[in-house]
Amino acid sequence: MLRFVVRRLLLLVPILLGLSLLLFAWVRALPGGPAQALLGERATPDAVAEINRLYGFDQPVLQQYATYMGRVLQGDLGVSTTTRTPVTDELLRLFPATVELSLFALVIAVGLGVPLGYVAARRHLTWVDSSAVLASLLGVTIPVFFLGFILKYVFAVQLAVLPASGRQDPRLFTEHPTGFYVLDGFLVGRPDASWDAFLHLVLPAVALATIPLAIIARITRASVLDVVNEDYVRTADAKGLARRTITGRHVLRNALLPVVTVIGLQVGLLLSGAVLTETVFAFPGIGSFLVDAITNRDYAVVQGFILVIAVLIVVVNLLVDISYGLIDPRVRASTMAGGRA
Amino acid sequence: MRSTSVRGAKVVALGAAAALALVACGGSDDGATQGSGAEASGGAEGASDATLVFGASADPVIIDGAYVSDGESLRVVRSIFEGLVTTEEGGTEIVPALAEEWEVSEDGLQWTFSLRDGVTFHDGEALDAEAVCTNFDRWYNFTGIQQSGNVSYYWQTVMGGYAQNEDETLPESLYSACEATDEATATITLTRPSSTFLSALSLPAFSIASPAALEEFGADEITGSGEEPQFTGTYGTEHPTGTGPFRFVSWERGNQLVLERNDDYWGDVAQVQNLVFVPIADGPARRQALEAGDIDGYDLVDPADVDALEEAGFTILRRPAFNVAYVGLNQSAPPLDNLQIRQAIAHAIDRENILSTNYPEGATVPTQFMPEAVFGYAEDVTEYEYDPERAKELIAESGVTDLTLEFWYPTEVSRPYMPDPAANFQLMAADLEAVGFTVNPTGVPWNPDFLDAALSGGAPMYLLGWTGDFGDPDNFVGTFFQAQSPEWGFDNPELRTLLDEAEAETDLDARTGLYQEANRQIMDELPGLPYASTEPALAFRPGIEGFEPSPVQNESFNLVTVTEQE
Repeated sequence: MLRFVVRRLLLLVPILLGLSLLLFAWVRALPGGPAQALLGERATPDAVAEINRLYGFDQPVLQQYATYMGRVLQGDLGVSTTTRTPVTDELLRLFPATVELSLFALVIAVGLGVPLGYVAARRHLTWVDSSAVLASLLGVTIPVFFLGFILKYVFAVQLAVLPASGRQDPRLFTEHPTGFYVLDGFLVGRPDASWDAFLHLVLPAVALATIPLAIIARITRASVLDVVNEDYVRTADAKGLARRTITGRHVLRNALLPVVTVIGLQVGLLLSGAVLTETVFAFPGIGSFLVDAITNRDYAVVQGFILVIAVLIVVVNLLVDISYGLIDPRVRASTMAGGRA
Repeated sequence: MRSTSVRGAKVVALGAAAALALVACGGSDDGATQGSGAEASGGAEGASDATLVFGASADPVIIDGAYVSDGESLRVVRSIFEGLVTTEEGGTEIVPALAEEWEVSEDGLQWTFSLRDGVTFHDGEALDAEAVCTNFDRWYNFTGIQQSGNVSYYWQTVMGGYAQNEDETLPESLYSACEATDEATATITLTRPSSTFLSALSLPAFSIASPAALEEFGADEITGSGEEPQFTGTYGTEHPTGTGPFRFVSWERGNQLVLERNDDYWGDVAQVQNLVFVPIADGPARRQALEAGDIDGYDLVDPADVDALEEAGFTILRRPAFNVAYVGLNQSAPPLDNLQIRQAIAHAIDRENILSTNYPEGATVPTQFMPEAVFGYAEDVTEYEYDPERAKELIAESGVTDLTLEFWYPTEVSRPYMPDPAANFQLMAADLEAVGFTVNPTGVPWNPDFLDAALSGGAPMYLLGWTGDFGDPDNFVGTFFQAQSPEWGFDNPELRTLLDEAEAETDLDARTGLYQEANRQIMDELPGLPYASTEPALAFRPGIEGFEPSPVQNESFNLVTVTEQE
């Protein structure tokens, strides 16, 4: 087992190196440089050259990359050209917002997706099933910015029951010791602030949860359908076991294995999906910041943030693989055999 | 010398009259819950405990006027800090702020400012002449990364250089010294006469900060070897300390920036208890935040949203035009080197039609390269009416046979003065082809291809524009034509000398005359055709009153009143 984990960890090195190199090249291929973005339309060539010299953008790309990676390995992601603060600080500061949002979205996606998929499978080929399939198709295809705009229009503008932007009403003026606003309200003795922060999470979390919800529902449905046709379920049925026992012990337990894998993969998707969602809802997390950074050609921020998200996705995948290997010895054996071949 | 100080006094009287007028308005208005601003100046009576939440388009970079040039940083700086002078509410005329009056010596080199009495900084320190000089000396003595053009942009734009220029290309500083003659009198000495100097002092870059706070919280602490400037002091992020109507409370980057009323303010004490700036980068998101009641108002309303918001009952305020969009006609490329061809182009383009088709309400056709709001605007420049027949005549008279125009326009961009460049281009191209020109279009991304081409002379004919920073003609025609630039492809030493002279002139009337003459010359030479000036809009929810948009974004939030919604 240890060898399996170490192997997977070692494999991370070339993956991340390749990724960082691609990222570095891509960011520099964006039209317009940070200097012009910073200085505006009447930037003199001298001023542009000055900025490029200051930030080292005038050096060969490979040399820039080497310098950059040297620092990254020491935990230094550089300094933002727009906010002029270290990228690592920005990341730490904004991360709680995105994590809070992603967690809520995950709860919605799993909490609704699994039951929905299960019900659809158990009512296979009925109208319940077909509407669930249709809804999940819609969920996957509808663009987040469109859905977000509609959600805001209906619930914030027309019905005025939910806020349209931000993480908390700016008129509340509460402290945020942890950066997780729902938790913070309770910590500082302001449950009203927690409630307000919760209300601010509803629309963006629903928008963000849509795609994962649809995917989870579809996988659950397919997986449950597979399992219910297995011999052991029919046997259990024939033995006259209670329906609830069959559902819990035999169907769900086996059907949820692939679902857990998919949920793991969704965590990465949620983090990247937050980029659009946060922009639409002016939700101050890493996503909004990344979009601003791309607009401003803030190389260090774009690279740093995507790199961190990529690392997270890779690590989550690794954890899923490891847990899979733990649950099912066949996975471990085949991976190792494959590695040797 | 005399004329300036008399003008200062006149301006004070005008200001007082304006204040009274505002008070009168406020009194008759049912929406105002508070007493008059003038009465409140003795204390905070009548001011409410309301909070005003304003939607900004971005976070500030840092709240230290000396280090920033972006609109959102400046907006916050203006609420916390004040300079020696400011601009009148809603206009560009220079009026007293921390200096009650000023005089300039005969040779135009020494400016003496008499400071307002009894003003204190937010940290309780008194404002005196020493404090003023400490600030000027701080900027003048910037070193290392502080001398970078993107760190102290406005100082460099206005003053040129520093005490010790570390880069040879920097010019000698316009500023020479500041002396505290007595507690309430500061004398600033310049190295050459400049009238732009006084207007420029209204910029937030020249706002006076508490010397004690600057020192204590490390305003000048910038680390990084010069490769990566980084503010390590906490002054500009946690302790900005000025004399303005609001004091700093807290700032959570990307989330909200909170200011509170300064009850000891020398002027009209703010009507609201708190002023909160919330950054919302996305335009549609800002609009929905207003509609949902998350914010009370916001700047930079998308032109397409103006009508809908107005119909829905929101208050739309228009910022007086302070920008100009133009078609650049680079004279280094034929046939644009021919004056009659340039005139033909000017007569061929139906500018009114472009405005009514592509621009929101409030846009006007400028006759010259600066807006009417700025002094030096000439009423009698040569104008070019839409007249296709005249255009054809001019083409025939010119004898030019190759009538091909290489016309560049930017894509992927929307500027206040040109919401949709491609749409402008299409109308212009149709007009030009109607009189016999052949138009070769080049549409390229704004940044970097388009700007590079236009500013370096690579684009013969192009769409560009400019938004002014402060209310001085030097900031418009000076920016364009005072130095020879490849953008225009011509060298007119006479015009350059005229603009140099105009900048150095300290008598306002004489200076106005010089700029008027320059504007006449420019429109005869026709280096380009100004075609639009726009009035960018702000939106507020019903119940918010008293905000007066300034052409140079020098708005004060202290007169704004808030009544509860519903």
